[in-house]
Amino acid sequence: MKKEISFTLNGSEVTVTIDEHLCLIDILRGPLGQTGTNEGCREGECGACTVIVDGQAVNSCLYPAFEVEGKNVITIEGLQEPNNKLSVFQQAFVDHGAIQCGFCTPGMIMSAKALLDTNQNPTEDEIRDALLGNLCRCTGYVQIVEAVKQAAVQLKNKK
Amino acid sequence: MTNFHYIGKEASRPDGPDKAAGKAVYIQDLQRPGMLYGKIKFSDFPHARIKHIDTSKAERLTGVRAVITATNTPEIRLGFLRDNFALKKDKVRQYRDEIAAVAAIDPEIAEEAIELIKVEYEPLPGLFSPHEAMKEGAPLVHERDPQGNSRTDNLVPLQFHHESGDLEAGKRAAKHVVEGTFTTPMVQQCCMGTAGCIAEFDMNSNLTVWAKTQIPFLAQRDFNRALSDMGLAGKNARVIVPTLGGGFGSGLDTHCYEYIAILLAFRTGYPVKIVYTRAEEFANLSPRQSSTTKIIQGCDQNGKLTFRHVEVLQDNGAYTSWGATYPSVMMMPATSLYRISNVYFNAQLVYTNNTYCQAMRGYGNPEFTWALESNLDELAEEAGIDPFDFRMLNSNKPNETTPMGLKISTCGLKECLETVAQKLNWKKRYKKGKHRGKGLASLIHVGGGARIYRSDASGLILKLDDFGNVNVYHGGVEMGQGLHSVLTMAVAEALGVSSKRVLINPTDTGTCPWDVGTHASRGAFMACNAAILAANKLRDKIFGLAEVFYPQEVEKNLKKLKKKNPNYKPPDFDVIKAARRENFELQDGFIFIKDGPQESWLRLELARLLRAIHFRNQGQMFTTEVFYDPPNELPDFKKGFGNISATYAFGTQGAEVEVDTETGEVKILKMVAAHDVGKVLNPQALKGQMYGAIAQGIGYAFYEELLSKQGKILNPNFRDYKIPRVYEMNFPIELEFIESNDKFGPFGAKGVAEPGLVPTAPAIANAIYDAIGVRIHDLPITPDKVLAALKKLKQTKD
Repeated sequence: MKKEISFTLNGSEVTVTIDEHLCLIDILRGPLGQTGTNEGCREGECGACTVIVDGQAVNSCLYPAFEVEGKNVITIEGLQEPNNKLSVFQQAFVDHGAIQCGFCTPGMIMSAKALLDTNQNPTEDEIRDALLGNLCRCTGYVQIVEAVKQAAVQLKNKK
Repeated sequence: MTNFHYIGKEASRPDGPDKAAGKAVYIQDLQRPGMLYGKIKFSDFPHARIKHIDTSKAERLTGVRAVITATNTPEIRLGFLRDNFALKKDKVRQYRDEIAAVAAIDPEIAEEAIELIKVEYEPLPGLFSPHEAMKEGAPLVHERDPQGNSRTDNLVPLQFHHESGDLEAGKRAAKHVVEGTFTTPMVQQCCMGTAGCIAEFDMNSNLTVWAKTQIPFLAQRDFNRALSDMGLAGKNARVIVPTLGGGFGSGLDTHCYEYIAILLAFRTGYPVKIVYTRAEEFANLSPRQSSTTKIIQGCDQNGKLTFRHVEVLQDNGAYTSWGATYPSVMMMPATSLYRISNVYFNAQLVYTNNTYCQAMRGYGNPEFTWALESNLDELAEEAGIDPFDFRMLNSNKPNETTPMGLKISTCGLKECLETVAQKLNWKKRYKKGKHRGKGLASLIHVGGGARIYRSDASGLILKLDDFGNVNVYHGGVEMGQGLHSVLTMAVAEALGVSSKRVLINPTDTGTCPWDVGTHASRGAFMACNAAILAANKLRDKIFGLAEVFYPQEVEKNLKKLKKKNPNYKPPDFDVIKAARRENFELQDGFIFIKDGPQESWLRLELARLLRAIHFRNQGQMFTTEVFYDPPNELPDFKKGFGNISATYAFGTQGAEVEVDTETGEVKILKMVAAHDVGKVLNPQALKGQMYGAIAQGIGYAFYEELLSKQGKILNPNFRDYKIPRVYEMNFPIELEFIESNDKFGPFGAKGVAEPGLVPTAPAIANAIYDAIGVRIHDLPITPDKVLAALKKLKQTKD
């Protein structure tokens, strides 16, 4: 069954015709051409596909596409600032060596953003809770946790 | 000590911003015009004759462009022993054997088509352990060898053997002897980005493959051989490496799916993409081999090791990959970790109907060091010597040659041991009953390339442009480990330009010079050594031509300056006389005269000098090519002798654990890792490598195991195959780097990619023994095994 849906993607209204069985990741990576969101397992186990829907970090590989109707979706592409500048979250990952192969990075950053959007002073445990669903095979997570801590500090200073 | 501008300083990786922005292009993201999607029909049995394949329904499905089997395509052989086939014709030898494949206009149709393929089999008895496969009268996995000769057993025809000294004399000299058998499971590389490729032919029948590979040039060779098998002899395969979502050894071979994509692309005339799903990756991509190691070591009354006897048995699975040469690496610690004479080492690999195995980070070393370092602790206890003192007593030293003929140049093992002991507060041990303990384990690994092939070399091209950019072409593969990060620094440092001016080009066999592959912790060692050679060649040429052009250009600077500032009095300095090649220095993109006046007009921008030399009659440009081949030897593995690497990396890890004797759960309180890295090139990248390796070591120690029943993978997903999450890595890790400044290393550095996971599991097992007095012999150390061992201990005591 085909269906037309409209939602907000990274601040812009989009309308796409979808097959009802598709998941959010399929329309992001397919018709919308947003390949920053990576598919690592398609079972909701690795978190590489994490995006934010109405403020919540979700696995876009399990999230039914038709359910984003009228909702606000933010992907890694939505974080970048004008004039080719990285956001605080992204820059913190770069600065702290939190990136190796980079496949988990967009999902990891989206989980971190979902946390810091609602909790400006996260404890280390809260950071670990927020990243629990995001697997990384390269880094051992040490520099990722450091990067999220740093992003939290910088966001506070910005305000 | 040289004063470095870049080397040793924290630097973020050049591909970091794109990766953080989601702009890195992985194989999953790549599209080509007209691209079709390939899908593979895998076997339904672990061992069976193929009676009939019916592809008619699949062929009729709308959107299907081709269906191929072994009967309608040329035979393509592959593998380290050429015992594997891209598509299987007469029989299947493992569940993942490729029987047929389709190309369709979208992945869903391709999948649907695969389900329409019907195969009739005649099941054969299967062999699912090397022990079974070695029994007399066992069915044969391969009835014939690749040359067509009849086979009579399931042994893989590869020999890895070493004997040195006098084993019997070593045994006689031993006061204490301990024997043990240790096993390790199959584990998966678990790259976050699954495997895949795109194959595309142009109308001259030359092929381009975008491949998730660590060996672009050996892949080119393999694919060219396949082209020849396809009747396209003389045509070329160009291999381009997209951003890799991890490697960890999984890209050390060419794979059946790549040849299938090539066959489908040729058949259809369109590019064909095959990307594995996660379930396919777990079930159909070769994992790390399982191993059984029997080890006996002895020491004299003072604790000096007198002999070591090692027998390794490995389950090869159905076909042979490069990973079958794991024992070539196992032999290294077996003969050379700690000072030892009188060594016996033998390894056997056996064909079974399990999934065939391949390389994974450490390449035999984690498997063997698990046995060696666990057994060494047992021997220390038997001899009544503290495990730390025991290791110090037997530690390797610089400038020694080991029984395998390894020439140890620098060796920081003692410093590593001491550092870990100090950081673990080693001499202060927990009281009995606390269930807390400390353990140590060390490692040796290749740190200066590893000659397991005729050439261990690495080529590199530096091309300067009119803007002062340095374009780098290198055949090594950035798979996340940070190769391009340190290569950028090495070029900037050695040439004397800003690191921002160093631009590394994508790895492409069409543009980059040959490199054997990114494995054996050799990437940074080779690339940076090549960069230094190339930079020196370029500097020589620049400084030679600067004798003429530097004075001309700085004269223009001076004129400009005088025009602006008529009162300026230049220092009494004869530029033309000073402009001799030996007097020049290039730093941060400016050329100037060493020990000359510090006037700004005497500092000439490199780009300007390059343009002055380029834009004139008979102008010149600067491109230089080098081929660095390290001073190491291809060992004779049948005799177990040869200096495989130019230098060797050492390290020690320590663990402090607490064991819950009710549940069998082990909690890590702290990990300490001290590694002799030669020289720290980029602290941030190095720490990342180590943390990541330790995490893999933690997974290996505690829960990773690819479970297989009758050849079928039982846990092909991250729910049932657990890798460490941020939750499990919630303990302090202290890293210390020992800089032994190796003379063969670039800026003194050794390869460090693999060592970090090699001693992790035995360090933890030794800590568990210290905590509760039980010795686990079989990885992974699950709570069930801990409880069973505790129960057994209690029974023995009662």
